[in-house]
Amino acid sequence: MSKKFTKDHEWISLDGDVATVGITNYAQEQLGDVVFVEVPETGQQVAQGDDAAVVESVKAASEVYAPLSGEVVEGNAALEATPELVNQSPDNEGWFFKMKLSDAGELDELMDEAAYDAFVKELG
Amino acid sequence: MSADKQTFTGNRGLVLEEALIFEIGVSSKCGVDLEPVPDAPTMLGDCGANQAVDLPGLSEPEAVRHYVRLSQKNHSIDAGLYPLGSCTMKHNPRLNEKMARLPGFGDIHPLQPQSSVQGALELMDTLAHWLKTLTGMPAVALSPKAGAHGELCGMMAIRAAIEAKGELGTRKRVLVPESAHGTNPATAALLGFKVDGIPANAEGRVDLEAFKAKLHENGGDDVAAIMLTNPNTCGLFEPDIIEIADALHAVGGYFYCDGANFNAIVGRVRPGDLGVDAMHINLHKTFSTPHGGGGPGSGPTVLSDRLAAYAPLPYVISDDGGYHLVEDQTQAEAPAFGRMVAFHGQMGMFVRALSYMMSHGSDGLRQVAEDAVLNANYVLATLKDMMSAPFGAPCMHEALFDDSFLKDTGVDTLDFAKAMIDEGYHPMTMYFPLVVHGAMLIEPTETESKATLDLFVATMRDLVASAKAGDLNRFKQAPELAPRRRLDETQAARNPVLRWQADICEAQAAE
Amino acid sequence: MRYLPLTPADRQSMLATIGAGSIDDLFVDVPAAARRDEDVDLPRHQSEMQVERQLSAMASKNTTASSVPFFCGAGAYKHHVPASVDHIIQRSEFLTSYTPYQPEITQGTLQYLFEFQTQVCELTGMPVANASMYDGSTAAAEAVLMAHRVTRKSRAVLSGRLHPHYTAVIENLSEMGGFTLAQSPRQPEASNGDELLAMIDDDTSCVVIQNPDFFGNVADFSALAANVQAKGCLLIAVVPEVMSLGLLKRPGDMGADIVVGEGQSLGNGLNFGGPYVGLFAAREKHVRQMPGRLCGETVDADGQRGFVLTLSTREQHIRRDKATSNICTNSGLCSLAFTAHMTLLGGQGLRHLAQINHARAAQLSQSLTAIDGVELISRAFFNEFSIRLSRKAVDVVDDLADKGVLGGVPAARLLPDGGLDDVLIVAATEVNTDEDIASYAAVLQEVLS
Repeated sequence: MSKKFTKDHEWISLDGDVATVGITNYAQEQLGDVVFVEVPETGQQVAQGDDAAVVESVKAASEVYAPLSGEVVEGNAALEATPELVNQSPDNEGWFFKMKLSDAGELDELMDEAAYDAFVKELG
Repeated sequence: MSADKQTFTGNRGLVLEEALIFEIGVSSKCGVDLEPVPDAPTMLGDCGANQAVDLPGLSEPEAVRHYVRLSQKNHSIDAGLYPLGSCTMKHNPRLNEKMARLPGFGDIHPLQPQSSVQGALELMDTLAHWLKTLTGMPAVALSPKAGAHGELCGMMAIRAAIEAKGELGTRKRVLVPESAHGTNPATAALLGFKVDGIPANAEGRVDLEAFKAKLHENGGDDVAAIMLTNPNTCGLFEPDIIEIADALHAVGGYFYCDGANFNAIVGRVRPGDLGVDAMHINLHKTFSTPHGGGGPGSGPTVLSDRLAAYAPLPYVISDDGGYHLVEDQTQAEAPAFGRMVAFHGQMGMFVRALSYMMSHGSDGLRQVAEDAVLNANYVLATLKDMMSAPFGAPCMHEALFDDSFLKDTGVDTLDFAKAMIDEGYHPMTMYFPLVVHGAMLIEPTETESKATLDLFVATMRDLVASAKAGDLNRFKQAPELAPRRRLDETQAARNPVLRWQADICEAQAAE
Repeated sequence: MRYLPLTPADRQSMLATIGAGSIDDLFVDVPAAARRDEDVDLPRHQSEMQVERQLSAMASKNTTASSVPFFCGAGAYKHHVPASVDHIIQRSEFLTSYTPYQPEITQGTLQYLFEFQTQVCELTGMPVANASMYDGSTAAAEAVLMAHRVTRKSRAVLSGRLHPHYTAVIENLSEMGGFTLAQSPRQPEASNGDELLAMIDDDTSCVVIQNPDFFGNVADFSALAANVQAKGCLLIAVVPEVMSLGLLKRPGDMGADIVVGEGQSLGNGLNFGGPYVGLFAAREKHVRQMPGRLCGETVDADGQRGFVLTLSTREQHIRRDKATSNICTNSGLCSLAFTAHMTLLGGQGLRHLAQINHARAAQLSQSLTAIDGVELISRAFFNEFSIRLSRKAVDVVDDLADKGVLGGVPAARLLPDGGLDDVLIVAATEVNTDEDIASYAAVLQEVLS
């Protein structure tokens, strides 16, 4: 299926009831060179809006919020040694974590690509 | 200019390259002549190590040369203007250094019998008197080791007072303006408080209505304190400060004032008259003790009547028998909240600060505030036509600009700062406060002459003209004339090398 | 006023440029109720000579450590500081520089911090160390908070032989932060640490021990560290006297997870308790949970080696309420004194100096315990030990002072309710001579008889 987006600049890609979460190209551009990523531990339960991961550049640290509720099933281990993947491939190899959804209904609150593009455009 | 000239040594005239001690020293060399080890039994039990630690030594001439060469790579207030906003980089009088090195202050032990340190206790008591008088507050805790530690002390006193009233379970919220120093929210969080931001208004001040709305959001009895810097981090006095304090006190909250910017008002305004309950004082800002490349500081914290009883241990009292240090709760009359540090605080800084205060006196300190404010306003007035000042005049001790004057030049705040380095200046504080875009915060202090400011202003105007004329190289390549050019902070953070290790560091050098 | 460059004419011309009629126009935002037209009630300005006279008078009322046979320790130690160290720290470029936020023009500070961090690593036997804390006591409290973050638990177990001020600082910060503590009994005799193991529960994050401990005892704590870690806790080792690391097994080699210490003994004078320099070292995997500044190596735009403050996203100026600590200013210049003194000594020089310290303490213990009414408590020690006296130690110390000897720190001064009235903590260092030791023994004999 196509990706969904949040106002916190995360993307969500759904495969069955497992969602892959990353940050958007816009977000990585705003952050600059990513130097560190902390992904959640497998098995961690998160509610929509909870802090789930941390992404850091040299001068900034941002929380990545859980866009949906559920259980973390995998963190992207590659980011520990190569955080620059977030800059190089935000939409693909730079994914943060995968989670098993507990409430698929929450998906309806998210933006589709066109709505997100419009949202970013408004930010200028 | 020949920034590109290569030399055989890598030295550039008087700017000398210097290797790490690990590359030039050896473990067997010693720059101190030590006496033979006296004959005595070994009593180390099972804890003795078989060999020396593997650290290099240098002879005295080599060591002195090493550090002198390193020192030459630093900017300093002794060498030039250091206009870091909110840091108060003023001249550090050498009398202070001389006084702190008197053996009667420098060579006494914190736990000697009190009868043998009456002069030291007298000095602490005298310093306390000056600080209380200057702030109009009844009590002071001298022991905090730096500004952030003083903040912690003040907020701990507030927490203790709240606990004594049995309101710890309910008063959880601390209001912190968005323009606050990062230490404010960090301190509140350390004590388990919940930080709630207050927006600034269009004039760079606390928005009084927004503050009142936040204060009364849940009726007000959930608010522990406000942490407000005054003058604030935009370099502006909060005109509604008394109203803010009154509203806060009416709902039972406490007013913590971040005293980092006390230099602007010392001798002219007493925080006690503004409704402040606790305020730390950076002796290393307002009272001229040296910053030392990042410390040591000292953060005595003055307390109002509402908080005085909770002041931490230790403190000095006096009676006919002399001065006494109250070190333990069993000797204390009031319920001290505890202890911030081992021993009694930064005595070395106390001596320096008192030496400075006595030199200036009440009249001189008032002049300090006036000249600091005058110098900042002079900078603001002479730059505001070319640089963009987001808030109106007058300012207090520092002048704030944003980066809108650089719009469409391709130069950003960082580039601008780095170009100042090539001109021989330490840049101003950048990107703080967070409430304006690309902030540049200039604090000249009162110890700069008009001639120094005039040259600085002329330089800044020349840089702005250059940026607007599209001379990008002057900015993007800068600094070119400093001991190092821009450093790769991304590499430093991605692959942290935090200590010297023969194999790692040599491999990197070879690359 | 000698520190103010502006002349009255400058002030007038600057006010005119600003467009202000008088200086008062620049203070218009101050509420009328808080404006003061008169100077505060304090003495007026004074010349250098006048200030010097008054402060010297205060200083002269104190008995300096160098002027008498001197044996006080308990967390602050009298050592000889080479003259060149004080010269180095008074270099303008070190003394009057700010925190190195602009690395291109603060490489001097940054390079010595990198060297300092490396020295602390090697001394403690740990892989990473920060650029200093305020002092040993606050470093210890920060270590406990760090252990809570690492383990996500909230209770600390403290040794009863931890310096009482350190305990008080940890206690204060823990209580205020909503954490809990337990402490083993305050007994001056060494133990193997089993009592600490027994106190560990499911919520315990760390065990805090001190070596040499408050009473001077030293011990190999390797077995304790392993047992603590087997229970899922971190072992925090506090080193109150950095000189001891010249001669003792390193805490990192004995298995400590976090090592904190007081670095005053290298390069820093007694200063009546401050400023001092806190040491903080940890395991590499916990580096992002460390408090304080870290200096790291990198390269500049021309590829030349240089140093920067790094991993700053842990710190308050970026992370604000989620920072690992609120610390900002640390002990920069004291860490310079530390690193310069350590560089002058070198590894073997430090060991030699530590051997002198130990020998002096061993000699002193022999001389004192030969006196009737003196019993040695510490069986193994470095440069400090405890003795039990036939009289109250507080009174003995006062009597000794009257006779011109500063003979140590009574345990009861820091532990008034500890039942330790007869315990005296005595330190000896390289500054003590044969004559000092002989005088102390003679005077103590007099005082006890």
